[in-house]
Amino acid sequence: MVTGAGASAPAPAASGLTRRQQFERRQRRRSTLIAALSMTLTVVALVVLVPRAPRWDRVKASFFDAEVFRDSFPRLLDAFVLDIKIFLWSAPCILVIGLALAVTRNTRSPALFPLRAFGALYTDVMRGVPVILWMYLIGFGVPGLGLERPWNSPLLWGSVALVMTYSAYVAEVFRAGIDSIHESQRAAARSLGLTTTQTMRHVVLPQAVRRMVPPLMNDLVSLQKDVALVSLIGPIEILRQAGIDKAKFANFTPYVAAALIFLAVTIPLTRFTDHLLARDRRRTSASAVR
Amino acid sequence: MRRRSLAGLVLAGTLLLAACGDDDDSDGSAATTAAPSDTTAAAATGTGNECTAGKTLEEGVLTVATGNPAFEPWVIGDAPESGEGFEAAVAYAVADQLGFAEGNVTWVRTSFDEAIQPGAKNFDFNLQQYSITPEREETVTFSDPYYVSNQAVVGFDDSAAVGATTVADLKGLKFGAQAGTTSLDFILEVIQPDAEPFVYDDNAGAKAALEAKQIDAIVLDLPTAFFVSAVEIEGTKVIGQFPADAGGTTDEFGLLFDKDNPLVECVNEALAALEADGTLDAIEAEWLADYTGAPVITVE
Repeated sequence: MVTGAGASAPAPAASGLTRRQQFERRQRRRSTLIAALSMTLTVVALVVLVPRAPRWDRVKASFFDAEVFRDSFPRLLDAFVLDIKIFLWSAPCILVIGLALAVTRNTRSPALFPLRAFGALYTDVMRGVPVILWMYLIGFGVPGLGLERPWNSPLLWGSVALVMTYSAYVAEVFRAGIDSIHESQRAAARSLGLTTTQTMRHVVLPQAVRRMVPPLMNDLVSLQKDVALVSLIGPIEILRQAGIDKAKFANFTPYVAAALIFLAVTIPLTRFTDHLLARDRRRTSASAVR
Repeated sequence: MRRRSLAGLVLAGTLLLAACGDDDDSDGSAATTAAPSDTTAAAATGTGNECTAGKTLEEGVLTVATGNPAFEPWVIGDAPESGEGFEAAVAYAVADQLGFAEGNVTWVRTSFDEAIQPGAKNFDFNLQQYSITPEREETVTFSDPYYVSNQAVVGFDDSAAVGATTVADLKGLKFGAQAGTTSLDFILEVIQPDAEPFVYDDNAGAKAALEAKQIDAIVLDLPTAFFVSAVEIEGTKVIGQFPADAGGTTDEFGLLFDKDNPLVECVNEALAALEADGTLDAIEAEWLADYTGAPVITVE
């Protein structure tokens, strides 16, 4: 369809196809055949050769044990609710703080230099130190200062640690997005009489956000996985539960089960974003180049 | 084809051993009669007895694994080679019983995960307070128990758990445990506290949580509890211990073997002999005597 659309110049041959089209059809068939053949070979090699490895039975029993899977799956699903909760209350905070940081770093007034310097220092330090250290430092350290229950909750301070680190990552994504909007856009907006704030709000950010969505999704998917770090300071979420069940059964299958639960969330999420982006592209560009 | 016949051979060998082997450890008499001949063999060569022949990783050498690091009072000073500490002493006693001279025992270190991974093992047996559970026996093989541990509660001197005499007194507390231990199961199944327990990778995490008052107390096996309260977490004490059979969950430690390793039969015989002649009790008295006296918390 795609190639045929533009090639209507010479009169079609008897078969209804030009020689060029016939040639391309042969080429297509040939590459389809090769792709199918190599795919089959790869799958056959995997399915036939892997089980022939001397200790495949052990590996199978250690990672794909149906009984362990059935036993641990409901517990893992229960524990996953906590991951989702942490994610849901952390992600909005991260986006707001990240955006604030990015805008701070994009200010141009000389008087605001301290603010810019703070923004730069914050992102550098937060990103440069492993999340795990912040988790311990904030999750145990702050409550250790003498807070009483419930204000010393590891859930609360673990989430704070996630928000603080991830807002730094996300701020950089926002900043890159904002910087990617051509300077002429700002110039045009300012010449129309918009203030800097209005320019940012109505001209720069709307365009920047579109470009930021894929890297932002990247960060959110990785946040989804890093939520598990909260388990280091106590709460039992899905990866910890999988670890507990691993020790209980001396079997790694619970991790496989946890991975499937993660995939069930992240794959639809990424596909959905892809869909949104594609729709957006169709709407904003005059005609797609094929 | 080759693989199958080999597997069949191993299976047949295991069945044969299971049939011949004396896996009833209460029947100590058979094992003790076997013991003297074992020791004579050891004196002659020090490279194992007829039972262990061809069953160790390296012929004539017993490779024993423990944790990295190994904790007191199980291994003193993280140096199992010295034979000091309860588990180090047990390992050398078993080796001696199997006819391995001290010089023919080599030590390797593994984590819990390395011990249960499906690949070939780099040890003949592994001891680091592995609790014997039927679920774990699906993947690995355990020897008969060499120690039965009580669970114990550790907290600061001003912990809300102080003075508890029954499990009912503990229900309102927030507990912590180490991930993947039977202590966590004990909390969930026997104490059944109102609030969900927290879980930590190690005692450093539990300590920080105790200090931050995120939890009131932690549950550990008794000897570890004594060591942790005396050395690792200053200001804490062992508030109480639970009877060994509390809630029907005895915590028995076993030597861990690769699944269906035939060597386990020889080791079980050795353990039975050590049990019968009082060696195990003597080792326990030597290394764990200071680690057993704590108020008992009853489970109704």
